[in-house]
Amino acid sequence: MLDLLAGFVVELRNAGLPVSLTENLDAMQAVQHIPIEDREAFKYALGATLVKNSSHWRSFETVFEVYFSMRGPEYKLVEGSEDELERMWREMQEQMKEGDGRGSSGGMDALTPEEIAQMLLQALLNGDQALMRALAKQSVQRFAGMEPGRPVGGTYYLYRTLRNLDLEGMLQKLMEASRQEVGGELTALEERLEKDEYESRIDQFKKEIEAEIRRRLVADRGAEAMAKTLRKPLPEDVEFMHASRDEMQALKKSLYPLTRKLAARLARKRRHGRKGPLDFRNTVRHSLSYGGTPAEPKFKYPRPAKPELMVVADISGSVAAFARFTLMLVYAIQNQFSKVRSFVFIDGIDEVTDFFKGTEDISEAIHRVNTEADVVWVDGHSDYGHAFEVFWEKYGKDVGPKTTVLFLGDARNNYHASQAWVIKEIRQKARQVYWLNPEPRSYWNTGDSIVGEYGTHTDGTYECRNLRQLEAFVEKLV
Amino acid sequence: MVPRFTSVQQVRDGLRGVNYLADDGIAGVAFLADRLAKPILVEGPAGTGKTQLAKSIADMTGARLIRLQCYEGLDESKALYEWNYKKQLLRIQADKKSDGWSEIHDDIFSREFLLTRPLLEAISAPDPVVLLIDEVDRVEVETEALLLEILSEYQISIPELGTVTATQIPMVLLTSNNTRELSEALKRRCLYLHVDYPSMEREKEIVLTKVEGITENLADQVARIVRSIRQLDLKKAPSVSETLDWARTIMLLNIETIDAQVAKDSLHVLLKYQTDIAKAAKELSVDLV
Repeated sequence: MLDLLAGFVVELRNAGLPVSLTENLDAMQAVQHIPIEDREAFKYALGATLVKNSSHWRSFETVFEVYFSMRGPEYKLVEGSEDELERMWREMQEQMKEGDGRGSSGGMDALTPEEIAQMLLQALLNGDQALMRALAKQSVQRFAGMEPGRPVGGTYYLYRTLRNLDLEGMLQKLMEASRQEVGGELTALEERLEKDEYESRIDQFKKEIEAEIRRRLVADRGAEAMAKTLRKPLPEDVEFMHASRDEMQALKKSLYPLTRKLAARLARKRRHGRKGPLDFRNTVRHSLSYGGTPAEPKFKYPRPAKPELMVVADISGSVAAFARFTLMLVYAIQNQFSKVRSFVFIDGIDEVTDFFKGTEDISEAIHRVNTEADVVWVDGHSDYGHAFEVFWEKYGKDVGPKTTVLFLGDARNNYHASQAWVIKEIRQKARQVYWLNPEPRSYWNTGDSIVGEYGTHTDGTYECRNLRQLEAFVEKLV
Repeated sequence: MVPRFTSVQQVRDGLRGVNYLADDGIAGVAFLADRLAKPILVEGPAGTGKTQLAKSIADMTGARLIRLQCYEGLDESKALYEWNYKKQLLRIQADKKSDGWSEIHDDIFSREFLLTRPLLEAISAPDPVVLLIDEVDRVEVETEALLLEILSEYQISIPELGTVTATQIPMVLLTSNNTRELSEALKRRCLYLHVDYPSMEREKEIVLTKVEGITENLADQVARIVRSIRQLDLKKAPSVSETLDWARTIMLLNIETIDAQVAKDSLHVLLKYQTDIAKAAKELSVDLV
C-alpha cells in the first residue's frame, strides 16, 4: 500500500502537480481512515490532501485511474463480471423477443454490431448505467483491436472504437426516439433539453470507453509506463499551438479567473506603489499650523502612467489560437491601459479595435475578428513584410512616445521581403516594442522564420508558448 | 479526543437530516477533517453552498457557529484578540494609592482585560464550536499569516499572556471564491475541497428539499433547464441559490410546466447580466422568435 501510494505521489509530481512532503504525509494518514474498497471516498480523500488547485483535478483523476483502476469489484476486467453481463443480456433478449420475436442464444460475443448499436440506443435512452458500462467493455473488446505489447497510444484505440459506434448518428436516433415517444413535435425548448440530456449521456459513455481502454492498457503494460503515456500538461502549461479542442476549452475556462487575479494583483500594485514627489504647495499650506515651519512634508499622490497599447497580431492558421488568447487577455485587463488598439493581419492588415468597443462579450468580439476582419490581400498566406508596410503607412502616425507596441506571431514569412525597417522606425517613435512568439525558442530562425531579423529592432522578444508565460509577460508589461 | 463522526455515510445522512445534500466528496472530506483534525478549505464559484456547508455541519453536530467574515484590511485586533484599554486605564487609576507597579503590570495583562475576537473565541470555547472563516481570499497575503498558527496548532500566542491552546479542537472551515491564489502555506495546512455546481440529479433533489410544495416534474424541468444554461458561455453562470430563487418564483406564479415563454420571462431571476439574459433567451427558443 505504502509503495503504491509513494509511486502515485511521484507520478503526480511528474505530471507537474506541486505535492509537498507534509501533504504526502497527510495523504498517508488519510488513507488509514478510509477503506480502499470505497473507491469514490478513497479518491476524494487523496484528492483533498494532495490536490490544492481545482484546475489540477483532471490530471489527478487520470493518474488515479491508472494507479487504482483495477481495485474495487465493479471495475474488474470483463472475465470476472461475465455473470452479470450474461444476466443483463438475457433480460435484454427477452425484451427483444417480446418486441419482434427475434434473438439469438449465446453470450455477448455472439451479438452482431447492429444488435450492439440497438442495445446502446436502449441504454442511452433509459440512462441505464450498468448496461452502458457493460456495452463500453464489449465495444472496446470488439472494436478497438487491442493487442498486447503494441506500442500505440490510448487515443488510437479510442478513435477506432468510436468510429465503429457512430455516436453522432446515435444522437440523431435518440432524438427521433424521444420525438416518437411524445407522439409529435417537441417544442424548441424541449428539443434543446432532450439534446443536452442525451449529449451528457453519450459523453458519459465515451468516458466509460476511455476508462476501459485505460484499464486494459494498464493491465498490459503496468501502471508506471501507462502513467507516462497518459501524462497531460496542466492547463497553464498547454501549448497554444498544439492544443486540442478539449484543451482549448479548458484553457478558455482558466483564462477568466486568471484575468481576474491578474487585474486584482495589478490594481493592488498600483495602490501600494511608492510615494510620489514632494508636493510643495501642500507642504507650505500645512506648515501654517506649525507656525510656518515646514515640519510635515507632503507628497504628491503617485499617478503611474498607464501605457497605451497597440497589439498587432498574426491570425493565420497555426498561430490564430495564440493571437486569440492574447487579445482576450489584453482586453480583459484593458482598464490597466489608457488605450488599447488592436490590429490583425495575414497578408493584409485591418484594425479591429471597434469590434471590442461597446461589447462586454470578449469571445463574441473575437469571433467577429475571425470572420469579419479584412486581412487577406493576395493569397491568404502570411506576409509580414506587406502587412507591416501597410501598418506603417496607415497607422504609423498614431505611434507616439507613450505607445507600447506588441507584435504577436511566429514570423514565418513564407520567404517574402521582411521590411524590418518598419519595426525599426516604430521603435524610434514608440515607448517600447515587444515581440511575442508562440513557437519554442529552438525553432526560431529555422525555415522561413525570421524572428531574429525583426527581434534585433525590438526591446525584447519573448517565447510565449503557454498561459504561464503569457501571464508573466503581461504582468511585466504593466 | 472523541471523533464526531463514525463513517462517511453517517456524515452524509446527518447533513441530509439538516437539509444539506452532500455528494461523495463533501461528505468524505468532512469526515476526514474530523479524523485528521485539519481545517477544510472550501473553494468554488459563488452560490454553491460553501457557507451553508459550515452552517449545516454546525447544525448537525449541535455545535455553535463562530463566523469570521474576511475583508481587505482585516487585522489582528479584529480577528484574534484585543486588549481592553479602557478597562486597563480604569484599573490603574483605581489602584493609585498602592505602589506595586509590577503587581499592576501583571494584573492588567490578564485574561480579564482581554477582548476575544472570533479566532480566540473559537479556540478557548469550552463547548463544541464550528469556526467559519468566510471568503479568506479577500484578505491580503500578509494577513493570511495570522491564520497559520491557529490552523496548524490550534493555538494563539499572546506575547503578554503566553500561549492559549484549544481545549477542544474546533471544526474549521475556510471558504474562498478563488479571486486570488492563496498562499502555499495556507493551502498546505488544509484539506482542499472544490465545490462545483451540482450534477443535474443532485440539483433536482436540492430543489425538491428546499422549495416547498414543488412537484417532482417541475423540479426536474428546472434542473434540466439550468444545466442547459450553465453549458452556455456566460459571464456568470446561475448558482444554486439562484436556481432555488427561480424555482420559488415559478411556484409563486402558479405555473405547472415551464415552456419557452415562461423560461424567457423569468430568466432575470437566474441571470444577472443583460448580455447573458439575451444569449440564454436566444439559445432556449431558437425558432420561436
